[in-house]
Amino acid sequence: MKLAVTILTIAALASFPLWLRDPYLMNALITTGIFIIGAMSLNLLLGFTGQLSLGHIAFFGIGAYVSALTSLGFDVGLPGGFRIVHEPWPPAVGFVLAIIVAGLCGYLVGLLSFRVRGAYFVIVTISFAEVVRLVALNWVELTQGPLALTNIPSITIGLPALGSLTLRTKLQNYYLVLAVAVATYVLISRLVHSHFGRAMRGLMENETLAVSVGIDVTKTLTLAAVISAGIAGAAGSLYAHYIRIIDPEVFAFINTVTMVIMVITGGKGSLAGPVVGGLIFGLLPVFLRPIMAPEAQWIAYGGVLIVILFVLPRGIVPSLAQRWAKWRSRPRAAGAVSFSERDVKENA
Amino acid sequence: MSEFLQHLINMLVLGGTYALLGIGLTLIFGIMNVVNFTHGVLYTFGAYVMFIVVHQLGVNFFVALPLAVVAGWLLGAAIELTLLRPLRGSDIDTTMLVMIGAWIAMQSGTLWIWGGVAKSVSTPFPEAPLVLGPVSVSWLRLFVLAAAALLIVVTYFLINRSKLGCAMRATFQDQDTASLMGVNVDLIYTSTFAIGSSLAAAAGALLGPVYVIFPQMGDLAAVKAFAIVILGGLGNITGAVIGGFILALAEELGAGYVSSGYRDAMGFLIIIAVLIFKPTGLFARSERVG
Repeated sequence: MKLAVTILTIAALASFPLWLRDPYLMNALITTGIFIIGAMSLNLLLGFTGQLSLGHIAFFGIGAYVSALTSLGFDVGLPGGFRIVHEPWPPAVGFVLAIIVAGLCGYLVGLLSFRVRGAYFVIVTISFAEVVRLVALNWVELTQGPLALTNIPSITIGLPALGSLTLRTKLQNYYLVLAVAVATYVLISRLVHSHFGRAMRGLMENETLAVSVGIDVTKTLTLAAVISAGIAGAAGSLYAHYIRIIDPEVFAFINTVTMVIMVITGGKGSLAGPVVGGLIFGLLPVFLRPIMAPEAQWIAYGGVLIVILFVLPRGIVPSLAQRWAKWRSRPRAAGAVSFSERDVKENA
Repeated sequence: MSEFLQHLINMLVLGGTYALLGIGLTLIFGIMNVVNFTHGVLYTFGAYVMFIVVHQLGVNFFVALPLAVVAGWLLGAAIELTLLRPLRGSDIDTTMLVMIGAWIAMQSGTLWIWGGVAKSVSTPFPEAPLVLGPVSVSWLRLFVLAAAALLIVVTYFLINRSKLGCAMRATFQDQDTASLMGVNVDLIYTSTFAIGSSLAAAAGALLGPVYVIFPQMGDLAAVKAFAIVILGGLGNITGAVIGGFILALAEELGAGYVSSGYRDAMGFLIIIAVLIFKPTGLFARSERVG
């Protein structure tokens, strides 16, 4: 049942470009897809370890900058008279480096910030993102500062029999983003259902108890942060090579908030949650654009976030899963109860 | 040396308003356990009230200031009653996200109504600065410092000498016991949020005329307020005042001797450093944060 839904969803998403010819809509779908990947990585932390990271955009932005700089090359001076000169490398290498560097940053931030919890953790993560934004803004020699990095090359992938292919069109980029999104979904799904995933959930539900049964808190949380940051870095790299221009505004706090809204609306701690929430909030601007000014749209987003938290605090997907389980276990099918309870947990 | 003295003078002026921001946030954070993301919006709101009252209604600058404080008080009370009271008892993440939603909606509202163009508020103070030997300071900034100091003293006495302040401190220490002793906790929460908000609005109303006002001006102010609260320790008013001045000093020295581009990074670096090395804040009694 669950597998069927997943395959149908992927098939539906893959068929979009075949009957959607509108370039504006395609563009919205691609950027939405990239943000959904980011939201899925945020969900790994927020939904499965219970740590609300409001600096998540830092990893996305670091991925974008690393990938862009790898493929553009740079020449910077360091204190002490050293110079680092880097010749351009293919964007695909940038994509891999983006994941590695973002993951490393996730490791450092995790080491430092998991010493505190709750509100303090949130504030450390915000501070980290803002410091990175200010560095991107002020280290003009490396990042061009507010002038932005421009002419970032499109991703080129080597295909076994067909030679290399440079992804220039929206159609090609759409399938690339879809492929990375599916890979991310599968990766997170495998992680969550592994021993490591149970350790994460154990920590979220009762840290003291989890420690007492031998779960290493710092190690588990840091590993989750590394994986989450790496995925966010991958999303950032896709973004840089698709948009082909990035400036320090990529680190804007509002971008983190967008991802948080996607996760919370869809349902934190649910695998499908960020996808559902992401599709809603990613495509809402497309439909609201003709009828509302951009500022009014943001007012609506703030309002929707508040309403969702009041009405569906667990998010859309878990609430629907609960409904579905209730419907399946209605009195005449008494035997299905034990199954559906398991389903709720696994689908949610 | 004269450059250093000039930085010290600027630090005093900035520090006073930072302390106001910090006191407001530390009260809300400490007593209600709410991470108030609307604090920056209240700061912006105070500045815009000044702009509207002075320029669109043509009222005197000195009358507009108390009006901005009262408006901040009312808006804060309204936010508490509509958004926070129904969520009493929910976890800190939920209230934080609701506050983020409110912040986005209100900031976009400001942008929608008044546009993104920066505005300035004219003041009755002379243009020529007061020159004291090697340093100079504008009359407006001196006034801002005096007004901030006055508000800090008033707040201090309100918290430490009045009956309301006593109830607030009791609620901070132990909400259930305070409730058993006849403290109306709901009322304390609304008052706390309203007082904190009015202080943020006051800070905006005072600093707005010094700089320019624009819809996103509150974002950095909010982060600075968080830095001050973390520096001074949760719910610690004296700590918030000292934290405000320390942050202002760090910013002035950072901007003066490192690079002006990193002025605003100081607050974040302080947050990160304090949370790594002394997570309870510099002046706190031992307190659990993890």
